[in-house]
Amino acid sequence: MVDVVIIGAGVIGAMTARELCRNRLSVCVVERANDAAAGASRANSGIVHAGFDAEPGTLKARLNVAGSEKMEHIAEELGVPYKRNGSLVLGYDDEDKAMLEKLYRQGQENGVRDLELLNQEQLREAEPGVSKQAAWALHAPTGAIICPYELTIAALGNAMDNGAEFLRNFQVTDIRETEQAIVLHAADGRQLEARYVVNAAGTFADKIAAMLGDDSFSICPRRGEYLLLDKECGGMVRHTLFRTPTQKGKGVLVTPTVDGNLLLGPTAEAQEDRECAGTTAEGLAEIISQTGSEAEGIPFRQVITSFAGLRATGSTGDFIIRACGKRAVHAAGMESPGLSASPAAAEYVVELLRGLGLETIPREDFHPRRKASHWFRELSFEEKDAYIQEHPAYGKMVCRCESVSEGEILEAIRRAPRALDLDSVKRRTRSGMGRCQGGFCSPRIVELLAEEQGISFEQVTKSGKGSYLNIGRTKGGEQA
Amino acid sequence: MRREQADLVIIGGGPAGLAAAVAAYDSGVRDLLILERDSHPGGILQQCIHNGFGLHRFQKELTGPEYAWEYEKMAAERKITICCGSMVLNVSPEKLITVVSRKGVAQIQAKAVILAMGCRERSRGALNIPGSRPAGIFSAGTAQKYVNCMGCLPGREVVILGSGDIGLIMARRMTLEGAKVKAVCELMPYSGGLARNIQQCLKDFDIPLKLSHTVTAIHGKERLTGVTVSQVDEKRRPVQGTEEEIPCDTLLLSVGLIPENELSKEAGIRLDPVTGGAVVDEKRQTSCEGIFACGNVLHVHDLVDFVSEEAALAGESAAAYIAGKVSQDNVLELVPDGKIRYTVPQRIADRQEDVKVYFRVDNVYRKAEIRVTCDGETVLAKKRPVVKPGEMESLILTKEQLAKCRSSRLEFVLESV
Repeated sequence: MVDVVIIGAGVIGAMTARELCRNRLSVCVVERANDAAAGASRANSGIVHAGFDAEPGTLKARLNVAGSEKMEHIAEELGVPYKRNGSLVLGYDDEDKAMLEKLYRQGQENGVRDLELLNQEQLREAEPGVSKQAAWALHAPTGAIICPYELTIAALGNAMDNGAEFLRNFQVTDIRETEQAIVLHAADGRQLEARYVVNAAGTFADKIAAMLGDDSFSICPRRGEYLLLDKECGGMVRHTLFRTPTQKGKGVLVTPTVDGNLLLGPTAEAQEDRECAGTTAEGLAEIISQTGSEAEGIPFRQVITSFAGLRATGSTGDFIIRACGKRAVHAAGMESPGLSASPAAAEYVVELLRGLGLETIPREDFHPRRKASHWFRELSFEEKDAYIQEHPAYGKMVCRCESVSEGEILEAIRRAPRALDLDSVKRRTRSGMGRCQGGFCSPRIVELLAEEQGISFEQVTKSGKGSYLNIGRTKGGEQA
Repeated sequence: MRREQADLVIIGGGPAGLAAAVAAYDSGVRDLLILERDSHPGGILQQCIHNGFGLHRFQKELTGPEYAWEYEKMAAERKITICCGSMVLNVSPEKLITVVSRKGVAQIQAKAVILAMGCRERSRGALNIPGSRPAGIFSAGTAQKYVNCMGCLPGREVVILGSGDIGLIMARRMTLEGAKVKAVCELMPYSGGLARNIQQCLKDFDIPLKLSHTVTAIHGKERLTGVTVSQVDEKRRPVQGTEEEIPCDTLLLSVGLIPENELSKEAGIRLDPVTGGAVVDEKRQTSCEGIFACGNVLHVHDLVDFVSEEAALAGESAAAYIAGKVSQDNVLELVPDGKIRYTVPQRIADRQEDVKVYFRVDNVYRKAEIRVTCDGETVLAKKRPVVKPGEMESLILTKEQLAKCRSSRLEFVLESV
């Protein structure tokens, strides 16, 4: 029996686990996929929003502003790159200008610091790469960028370093409540008993709620498609550029990423499927047509990949963070600004658990810090040289496009939470994320994954269950 | 950090790098080394276990590894140092090379550099095929590595997009391994591969080649379950109503090769937007003095034999440069008309010798005439029964013809009936 089980290893689950680990509690995170950050936290814009979008008085407004304030410090503790590049919401006509003024007032009410309205001249000065069509802008200097899956993996890894347990491929199919505990049943027959449960199940949060006997909300997954451009384009804009929001949402943005690429997207389309997010020809065309009027001369030929993510849009319009019965807390409907809000949302979940009777006695031996996953990449040539002398695997390059060494890949496979498939290695090391998209390095990473786990090449998957990369051996092809 | 010096550093130990090293040695360079990122020299030839290599260069049919071995032997006889497992991180315009290996990070100051990094395959991302992202989608070369070097079979029911040579070779290879290749789709109305590969890899195995077709959707959650294939119009746009769903567990992409010039860009070397490689003169010298380029990093070749030929030229030129014997007078710019997509070299710096000019066309032309003109006067005219984008063409400009050119522009024009 554990004190708290968290369903879902997305950014909300991982941050909540870390928050709980500050106390003398046993914490377990269960995840239906083969790795953390497999759902919405895998593919989103990676923006830490300043907090002017949400309507004052909502959870979204409160937790966004509070989360955004905490994010820089948490990112520093977890060794996750964070960059306060500032956001610009662009306006093109008088209607937009009125909307920007409304956002400005709304932001002030939400407690967002340093907001300012810019005219065209000021805008051009702040962001030379901006479209000439943009006439006004709302500037939010506290807007920032972060890598969402890196943050999630680091938060879970830090929780694990502090004693949390992580169970993968644990698909919850039933939840039973007894007097003393809650029992989770997994599809593969595993059972887990806990005193309290946190529902951070993303697009499945309403299903989990229903298992807890709560059908007060539903989740409608919304697909967002993106285009990622080569690092040569990352410097085209400094700020995150938004359009003036409409009924449909915040629209398609243009932003540099912390890794130095240029990211365009997302679209917003409701869909039935809760797991699988594919791109569409229409979606990709929409991104191209919209972003063209945000920044000047985006070189669409430099697209290195397109992808789609699913946001867990709740039926209430706000985040659904509340107690459910005596032993459960929902953290559901965590669509944008869920990532930005995650540090504050995690604290709020713990507060609600406390309200249900969870005792939180702070641990003195809690270690808030985690070594950055790309610590090696940051070293100077001299420092790398010295380290390789002692650890030659760091001198053997596997991914040429992103310069990732065998040492870094082995570290990703060995360190909590361990990377057990190709996509998991990619999320931790960036191997396969560059120009060749894994063409050269993936066979070698398959070899390393097989060696480290003691499995055959054909058992190595792209992203867990069923996603086999090779289906068998060639004629007479015995594995050495 | 170790600091070293060398007369000549060759980046890449594939067919181009090896041939360049041998030629440089034979032209008198003794202090030279090859930096190769893989654990073996030979580059992509290592995984090309089919035959058909070396017909021009060695007048016999070799496999890829055998062809590489011929050059490895020549390098070994000359005691040329090949540093394997060494990846170059940076080349400065001053020819200071930063390289990482299991021994650490080192910097090598070279007098001359030859770029021979080869090319990479265009990926799915660059094509923007919509759909999900299941396992089972590989670039053809990656699948070739799994099959030929690791003994793994990527799938049983295969569709191949693109009829580049690697795709064609893999169609046959997968068939021999018992997989069913259901179709090879080519966006263009003609194949980009060699005629002999169409015959020997597709026709001989009854594999359908669907010209003017492309993949318009990808299906499957965990592993690929099928693709939608559509016909395209003259502007290469999918035609509504022609969609056909083909169940398959594997999609191989053979949709083009891109010279790997990230190091060249960082060194500030001028690139040709058409070839994706450096702009070079007839000696294969780039816009950066003392830095030469050859092989697929310069422009994508059809046959390794011509890579070796070009690399030998770069090797000899680097040797001449180190010996202080490179002149640059009366530079001629070679200007293709667009039907001729590009020429290599793009410029001629020295007119003392005959110059072989390679070029590729943008479409299939029958009864073609290629004319080289200077100041409106025809310097050279050559007739070809047919020219195709998939097969590189060449012609020789003699020093006498070059001497006659009074303007600094040589126009390359294609006319066909």
